[in-house]
Amino acid sequence: MYMTNSIINLEHISHKFNHSVALSDVSLEVKQGEFWALIGPNGSGKSTLLKIILGLLKPSQGTIELFGGPIDSFNQQQRIGYVSQKSNAFTTQFPATVLEVVKSGLTSKKGLFKRFDKEDEQQALDALHVVKMADRKDESIGDLSGGQQQRVFIARALVSHPDLLIMDEPTVGIDRQNVESFYSMLSELNREYGIAILLVTHEIDVVTKLATHIACLNRSIHFHGVHADYEKMSEAELSGWYGHPIRRLHQKETEPVR
Amino acid sequence: MIEAIFTYEFLQNAVLSGLIIGLIAPMLGLFIVVRRMAMISDALSHVALAGIAGSLYLSQQVLFFAALNPVYLGMGAAVIGSLLIERLRRVYKSFEELAIPIILSAGIGFGAIFISLAKGFGTDLVGYLFGSVSAVSRQDLYIVIFIAIIVIAFIYFLYKELFSLAFDPEYARVSGINERVIQAAFMIITALVIGASMRIVGILLVSSLMTLPVAAAIQVAKSYRGALVYSVVFGEIAVIIGLISAFYLDIAPGGTIVVTSVFILLLVLLWKKVRS
Repeated sequence: MYMTNSIINLEHISHKFNHSVALSDVSLEVKQGEFWALIGPNGSGKSTLLKIILGLLKPSQGTIELFGGPIDSFNQQQRIGYVSQKSNAFTTQFPATVLEVVKSGLTSKKGLFKRFDKEDEQQALDALHVVKMADRKDESIGDLSGGQQQRVFIARALVSHPDLLIMDEPTVGIDRQNVESFYSMLSELNREYGIAILLVTHEIDVVTKLATHIACLNRSIHFHGVHADYEKMSEAELSGWYGHPIRRLHQKETEPVR
Repeated sequence: MIEAIFTYEFLQNAVLSGLIIGLIAPMLGLFIVVRRMAMISDALSHVALAGIAGSLYLSQQVLFFAALNPVYLGMGAAVIGSLLIERLRRVYKSFEELAIPIILSAGIGFGAIFISLAKGFGTDLVGYLFGSVSAVSRQDLYIVIFIAIIVIAFIYFLYKELFSLAFDPEYARVSGINERVIQAAFMIITALVIGASMRIVGILLVSSLMTLPVAAAIQVAKSYRGALVYSVVFGEIAVIIGLISAFYLDIAPGGTIVVTSVFILLLVLLWKKVRS
């Protein structure tokens, strides 16, 4: 594999479900250390695009490169940490401790037929330290609050030392106060550890303040670029691609008004 | 009973098989329950019934089958049933739970046909349906030991993959775990455990030994490892008390083992309520 700082490179991705177009000619490049917010209304194809990047779905058209190589031959899954929206809705009665959940993030790195050892346990503890949850390691995952659980899932994604974190609306079901501390933790991970982040979200105003790059998706990409250029977009332009009237909010206001 | 165990080979077979099944059935059962697949063991045990009934019928017709242990055909039918369930789950992607009643009905259907054709099997079939202390042969015990080795090795070496798939299947797929292969192997092993357990617990009650100890364990365990240990402990207690009472009361061990499991579950639920 040749050296590159390109982590995700999507070229002309289109996808159809039966006859309905989910994505049309989407091109996007995420490089090392960038924090991308992928925003768009419901049904805009955000989750479909993530599934394509994660290899869970094959696009009808277009090419995908991960870490400079084609996705079909990509076998370094440990370089990508994934936090799904569904993690919020896992079975709360599932008998598993925080440490067991985080260790499971090392499964593919460890390889088939090999069992976890002390070193893996230490790595899981280190990841829990990063998200400030090490003191809860022996608690049952179901006993934690939504925000704490999501921190554990971030630790699971971080434990294999990924170069990229992909998150699909990770704050669904988390209260407002915890959402803000969650996002500032993401920002810290990006700045201090240089981890590239691709975050799919509805919470436009909170995230666009933290992200270095923003992509606006509504089946096709309507804008992608650095944060400063996004800020220059008028409310009319924003509302145009979003499909609803959008007003920029300031200071304590946090949600877009439709 | 201790003296009898040393005297009678059939009792040694029953006790050893029971203890091994008390270990492997709840062990595998934990992975089945947390993946919300508890009904699959029910469906597979009914397919095993078709295999057993088929074997017993054929033993009346063909000399070769008269010498063949019916457990083999029962186990074979359960393995085929497990692969068919996997296939059907893919056909009915949006209604994958449909695979279970389809296979369960097919199992009962074939079972009923073979039983009718043979004009009934008397005590033989009752032994397979509800378990029997006296019917476990040395050959049955060897089958149980062989399957236990496979199950323990499977869980030992694939523990982290099985945990990942149970806890968060989408994450497991994203992290590169080959879900399809592991799932197929898991289904086959489940079928083998059902086949191995039916001599002691009986076809109709085998799924209970896979689910009831686990149902009690997940009430008290905080960790997955803890749930595995509790499941096995509850399973073994049920088997030991069940076998002793079946021996002294001269009744089917399947019934006593499962009823003991129900009592354990009730006690655990009561203890949890009192504690909270």
